[in-house]
Formats: sequence, C-alpha cells, structure tokens
Amino acid sequence: MARDVNQALAREFGLSAGEYRNVLEIMGRTPSLTELGVFSVMWSEHCSYKSSRVWLKQLPTKAPWVIHGPGENAGVVDIGEGLAAIFKMESHNHPSFIEPYQGAATGVGGILRDVFTMGARPIANLNALRFGDPKLARTRRIFDGVVRGIGGYGNCVGVPTVGGEIDFHPAYNGNPLVNAMTVGIADKTKIFLSAAAGIGNPVVYVGSKTGRDGIHGATMASAEFGADSEEKRPTVQVGDPFVEKLLIEACLELMATDAIVAIQDMGAAGLTSSSVEMAGKGGVGIELNLDHVPQRETDMTAYEMMLSESQERMLMVLRPDRQDIARAIFEKWELDFAVIGHLTDTGRIVITHNGQVEADIPLAPLADQAPLYHRPTEETPPQPPLGPVADPVGLGAALRTLIACPDLCSRRWVWEQYDYTIGGQTVMRPGAADAAIVKLDGRSRALALTTDCTPRYVQADPEAGGAQAVAEAWRNITATGALPLAITDNMNFANPEKPRIMGQFAAAIRGMAAACIALDFPVVSGNVSLYNETEGKPILPTPAIGGLGVLEDAAQAVGYALAPGLDLVLIGTTQGWLGQSLWLREVTGREAGPPPPVDLAAERRHGDFVRGEILAGRIAACHDLADGGALIALAEMALAGDTGITVEPGGDAAIWFGEDQGRYILATADSAGLLGRAAAAGVPAQRIGASGGALLTLPDGDTISLAELRRLHEAFLPGWMDGAS
Amino acid sequence: MKAGIIVFPGINRERDMAIALERSAGKKPRMVWHRETDLSDLDLVVIPGGFSYGDYLRCGAMAAQSPIMAAIRGHAARGGHVLGVCNGFQILTEAGLLPGALLRNQGLRFLAMDCHLRVERADTDFTRHYQRGEVFRAPMAHGDGNYFADDATLDLLEGEGRVIFRYATPSGEVTPAANRNGSARNIAGIASANLRVLGLMPHPEDLVDPLMGGEDGKPLFDSITAALAA
Repeated sequence: MARDVNQALAREFGLSAGEYRNVLEIMGRTPSLTELGVFSVMWSEHCSYKSSRVWLKQLPTKAPWVIHGPGENAGVVDIGEGLAAIFKMESHNHPSFIEPYQGAATGVGGILRDVFTMGARPIANLNALRFGDPKLARTRRIFDGVVRGIGGYGNCVGVPTVGGEIDFHPAYNGNPLVNAMTVGIADKTKIFLSAAAGIGNPVVYVGSKTGRDGIHGATMASAEFGADSEEKRPTVQVGDPFVEKLLIEACLELMATDAIVAIQDMGAAGLTSSSVEMAGKGGVGIELNLDHVPQRETDMTAYEMMLSESQERMLMVLRPDRQDIARAIFEKWELDFAVIGHLTDTGRIVITHNGQVEADIPLAPLADQAPLYHRPTEETPPQPPLGPVADPVGLGAALRTLIACPDLCSRRWVWEQYDYTIGGQTVMRPGAADAAIVKLDGRSRALALTTDCTPRYVQADPEAGGAQAVAEAWRNITATGALPLAITDNMNFANPEKPRIMGQFAAAIRGMAAACIALDFPVVSGNVSLYNETEGKPILPTPAIGGLGVLEDAAQAVGYALAPGLDLVLIGTTQGWLGQSLWLREVTGREAGPPPPVDLAAERRHGDFVRGEILAGRIAACHDLADGGALIALAEMALAGDTGITVEPGGDAAIWFGEDQGRYILATADSAGLLGRAAAAGVPAQRIGASGGALLTLPDGDTISLAELRRLHEAFLPGWMDGAS
Repeated sequence: MKAGIIVFPGINRERDMAIALERSAGKKPRMVWHRETDLSDLDLVVIPGGFSYGDYLRCGAMAAQSPIMAAIRGHAARGGHVLGVCNGFQILTEAGLLPGALLRNQGLRFLAMDCHLRVERADTDFTRHYQRGEVFRAPMAHGDGNYFADDATLDLLEGEGRVIFRYATPSGEVTPAANRNGSARNIAGIASANLRVLGLMPHPEDLVDPLMGGEDGKPLFDSITAALAA
C-alpha cells in the first residue's frame, strides 16, 4: 500500500485537520504511513475517549472495596475471603450490524480477554442487547446472528452466559447494540496490570497469528454509518473461541508463576494500542521488530500488522530469566509464542520491519497531546406532563397485550441457546431471579449479576434515565438478597458532535453519578460507544449498566418463582406513573410524558429493608417492579413458580401498570410481621394478594389461566424466528 | 475408586466433572493431559464435555485420533470403565468404542435446557443407585446431540439391552416432544456390550448439589463410586 501521507489521507483515517496539524508538530516531519495509522487509531474516539473523558470524570469510582477503578483493562473489587471480582462491559455495536454472528462473537471474546488478562478466571458472561423494529426482516437476521454468535463463542470457550437484557425499538433499526460483560475471579493479591517495566525486558506476543482482518476497526467504530456501511464487512474480525479457550488456560497457568511483568490483550487497534499503552503507562520506550510477529497471511506490511484487529492475541512483558518457562507453557497449549521486541529507555515506540524503521514516535505526546474535546451540549427539553389518560381496554386485555409484547415476552428462546450451567456454579439461572447468582467454586459465597437500562426513559429525560439505570441494577441485585458493590457502564450514544446528543451524554452521567453516590455503587470500569447513528437517525441514548453484588451464603438467595400459600406484599409507593410506560406505548400507542422520577433516598431505604428481610430468611420470593409495573411483576412471579395469584380488588390501569420506581413484591408466610417491620422502618408496604391455584385473578375480577398466560408469554420469539428463512 | 479425567485442548467441563466425582467419591480425580499415554493407575476414565480441538471437523473427530485414545482403548479392552459425556460421548463414537454418531440437533440450534432421562437399566455399574424406569432431570448443552445409527444397529443395541437412558417427559413417557435434539428412538445414552463403557449427551455432573438446582445426577456418580470401591 504505497500512499502519499497528507491531510487527505489523514481525513480518510478519521483525523481532523487540527488533529493532523498536531501530528505534524509532534513528529516535526511528515509521518510515515504506519505512523499516521498509529496516531489515527490512538486518537480515534474509540481509543482516546476524546469526546467523553471530560464527562466520565464526574462519575464516582472509589469505595473501600474498590481495588482498581477505571483505567485498567477491567474494574476490580474486593469480594471477601481474599478474592477479587474483575469485571467490565464492552460494546461491539458497529461490527454486529455489519456481520452479526462474528460481531457478537468477537465482542464476547474481547471482553473475556479484558478480564483474564488481569489474572481472573472468567466465571460468567452477561449481555445487554438492543434491536430495531421486529417487523423488519433485517432485525430478525441481526437478532438471529447476534444470539448465535454470543452462544457460539461463549458455549465453546466454556463460560456460562447467565443473564442479560433485550429491548426492541425502531431507533435501533440501523444500529443494534451488542454490549457484552464478563465477570472473573482472582486472588486479590495476584492482579496483573499493564504498565510495562524493566529496560531490556522482552516483549512477547502470544495467541493467534496476525492477519489482515479488522484493520481500522477502531476507526469504523468512531464514525456514523452511511448507506454503504454493509460494504465495511471486511473490517469485521473473525473469532476463534477454541484458541481463546487455550489462551485462557495458558495465561492462567503462566500467571501462577512469577514470569509476567505486564500483560495486555490486543483488542481495538491491536498491536498498536497494546504496545503504546503498556509502554506509555510504564513510562518506558518500546522497540518492536515486526519480522517476528506470527503472520497468517503473506507480504503483510508494517501498517497492516500494527492496525490488524485479529482476535485471540496478547502482549506481555516477561522477566528475561522466565522466558523459557513461559515458552514451554504456550508450546504445551500449541499457541504461538514470539519475542517481538524489548523495552527501551528512549520513551519512544520504534517499529522495524524488513530492516527498515517504519515508525518512530515519542510516546508521551502521543498520549498527553491526544485530542480532548469539550463539545457543546444542549439540554433535552423536559417532556410536557402526560395529563389524564383514558384506559381503552381494561386490565385483562392490557395484561394479555403486555405479557406477549416483544419487550416483555419470555426470553427463553434466547437463553436456551446459551450454556448457562457450565462450571457447575449457577445457583439462579436465567428467568429465575432478578439477578443471576453464580457461586464461587468450593465456597458458599456467590455473586449477583445483572445488566440494566431503560433507554426510553433516558431519551425522555437523560438525567432521570441515567439515575434509573443505576438504581434498577442496584434493585435487581438487592431483590436476590445480595449486597450491591459496583458497576461497569457501557455508554451507547449517537453522534457526539451534535449538541443534543452530547447533552444527553452529559445529563445521563449526572444522573448516574447521583445514583452511584446515593447507593454506594461506584463505577469501576466502562466503555463508550458513540456515533451509533445511521443516515442521521440516532439510537435512543443507552447507558447500559452491569451491576455486581455479593452474597455471603448462596443458599440465602431468593428468586421470583412463587409457591402457593403465601401473601404478596408490595414495598414502595405507587402513584400510578404512566409517562413513558410500556402500558402507554403498547396499549395506547403513545411514547409520551416524563419518565418516572427516581427518589434515591427512598430507593436506598426500601432496598436496604428488603435485603434485610431476605437475609433474615423471612422471604420466599422477591421481584422488583420495572417495565410493565405491578401486574406484570405478579404475572412473571406466577409463571416462574407455576402458581396462581388472587390480586386484591381496586385500582386502575395506572396503579397496576404504572412504572413508579423503588418498588418490590415480596412473598411471605407472615405478612402481618412484614407490614409491622416495614412501618417501623418508614417503608411503605401493603398486602396486594395471595398465591395459590392455577389462575391469575385480577383486581377487577377478570381471570386468566396460567396456561393462557404462559402461551401468550412464550409465543413471540419462537414464532418470530420460525417465521424466518 | 481411582478416576481420571482426560483433558483434550478445548475440553471445558472437566472441572464440573471433577466436582461431581469428588462429591461422590470423596477424593479428587486425576486430570490427565491428552499427551499422556499411561492410564494403568485408573479404574474409571472419564472424557468430559467441551469442544475438543474446537470441534471444527466433526465433533470429537480430532480427539478420537489422538495418541491417548490407544491407552483408552486398552483400558476398555481390559474391561475398565469409561464414561463419556457430551463431547466425550461424541469422541467415544468417533473412536469406535460406542456405535452410532451424534448429528446436528434437529432444528439446527444449540440446546441449553433441562431434559428428563428415563433409566432403562438400573443393573449397570453406572446406574445401580437409580431404579429402572425412574426419571431424572439433567441439563443438556449441545449443538450436536442427535443420536443416529442404522436400524440394524439400533435393534442390536435394544436387543442387547445397551440403551441406558432415553429422553422422556417428567412422568416417563417417551415422546417426540421430549426428544428435543431428534435422537433415534429417544436415545440419550448407550453402553458397550460389557456395559462398562457409557456415553450420554446430557450433563448429570451439573446437577449434584441443591445449589445447582438439584441432585438428580448424583446417583450416577454414587453408582460408579460404589461399583469401583477398592
């Protein structure tokens, strides 16, 4: 590829005129093609966070249990007994639109590497997925490919996929969101970091060979799509979960020795970002000889090798006297192992290939002078109040509509393609509890894991929606009895160069920060995905939250499956908030009004009370109230436990389908005792029904058999996908 | 009982199997790397689930050609016990230690769900802690579990009493609806002529603890532990 390096090429690589001027200044000359490639990916939105950094700094990231917050490959929290949980969520949105199977599969592979590169054995995967209008054939094809890709990769690599969330909305027609989360466990004294150290130490490449796939993937993720975006398929990487499995085992085996000084996976921008970041964080220089890079294609140029996003590769700095031990481990696992360079004291990255110096860049300015934008913001105007809303159909018809709709129907068709039992530690499986419960091998301790966001709330009021996403993750963990510890965030937004979009981002961060502080629920890792916009149509702002909590005794966890003979008690205040509710959208066809407000003090008070009751062993089942409100939560509890409910009479659609926040339903054998303790704690509580039989008896006397309810709830996804082909 | 678990590259349920064996036998099994060649210290050889060599050829086909298979064949020929689960079952059929083959699931999708297995024989070393006709729950997680053999082979297996488990409803009826992967005659597990080599697709090892959701799979491991008690 012989191209003249000039401003036009820089533009093609995604650098603005100002950014290119800065490159010229740093280099003091016209950069080589490889050098321009390095600058363009390191300064891409994806790698540099140039539009988002000023806002991300507002998020609280500290707590006594936080070991490593943002800035490492993943966040690390102390979970007791000398162990650390290492976790992060990351997007693979753009590749998943272009090539759904490989896009989603490599999304899973990439987030797994972020976690095991720090020394953790991955024990759980989750995801947060958004798709366009189900009526479009393209949505069905993307949905099918994404589900197959997540399953294909996770099942083979042997990490259980235990939870996730799925929404549909036409705003995602051209930009589906695929956010993948991995959670791993490590000895908290053996966390591996990426800062390189030790002048002269060998730089070692392990894993798969390098090919031409994924070149400039990070740049693709930093621009809007046009009508020709499907032509970008060649830039999507191809995953090999078998090699990833070998890489996990080999890395963990090596990590049990003292050979590793620093390690980082080759993710976005591959060899460029891993080498630049490792050397940069360590304040050293690095020299790479690309002749030694294992290559799967012939005649690759330095530019192609530095920019390739071939999967399943890691870069390590080793102690020189342990190099042979490391080589033996990787040879045992039949993985490539190559010394491709060493650390220097020059503070520069020097890349040679075929005896030529292809790049020679000072590292400090590459990092320090990376662009940082304080882009203009414009607030989202408040939604006008909803005003009175007439109920056109009654409770029974609305329940039948909502329980079957794409956003509330059963996700069984999806999770039955994900191996969720592998590892033998899955205590609460998909569809059993508000958060997945995964036990730690050989211990009674368990983690509670969830992903959450309600994008239509964020669209209507970004600040309230941001707070709600964090609060819902906290609530879902609380509803199992676990103590919420920390979150990872995946900020999916449209084009940040538009003030309205940047304003959404800034306000969502404000809301999230307030909730994180009020709930002692800091952010320890995250990812930003901007430019989720096709032909000018933006996605709904989607700050997906991945939450992690801990339970000292897995046997104390509760799910939402209901047994007969129990009283049902609603915790929290119900005003009947219909603004932005699913009832309003699915029954009246309106997406209107302000979303439900989040009272963080009440959220905390109600949740702490609920958790206390669960841990005292007084609660048989618990479910938080979210999309669809109280009657949907009751129906889900009835279906999960195959047990009917007689709901107390009274109340209208707003009471039963309103989405007021900070609420839970508890099933207990002793409602009098529960109501008494709630009153003493200043927590609103009321008995709303009792369990038993095979019917759901609604507040207006209408009845629905569980069999009918189940048929409605289970119908959509299998019917939609079978209608495919 | 001295048990060993064979670890091929890409195997991923070896730790689940170790948990189940230890829970019944009270001691940890030996992890056997696929390059080893001597299994003479073992009473029970287990080939666990996973994706050996990525299953990029046919499931189990690469592992079936690996050097350790000679040692496993020798162990079986000496009358030793062998258990193959999921990918392990696929490897045993590819290696010719059990007849038939495992094809893509009907419906062509990966299936991760609990199934119910009817115990067809409770007089084998692997099943004595079950009752004949008893139904137990087991998680399955596979893309290629659709058991296939020609009619003559199926008749032979049935005639010799070598069908050990069938997919059934919770009440024990053998129906097409209970047979999600489309296996011939609802077959979930079969044994060798001497009943000492057992292969099955579902994962009893992932249901041996109330915290896993039940202990339905534990009698299988209790059975083999008791049969091979030294």
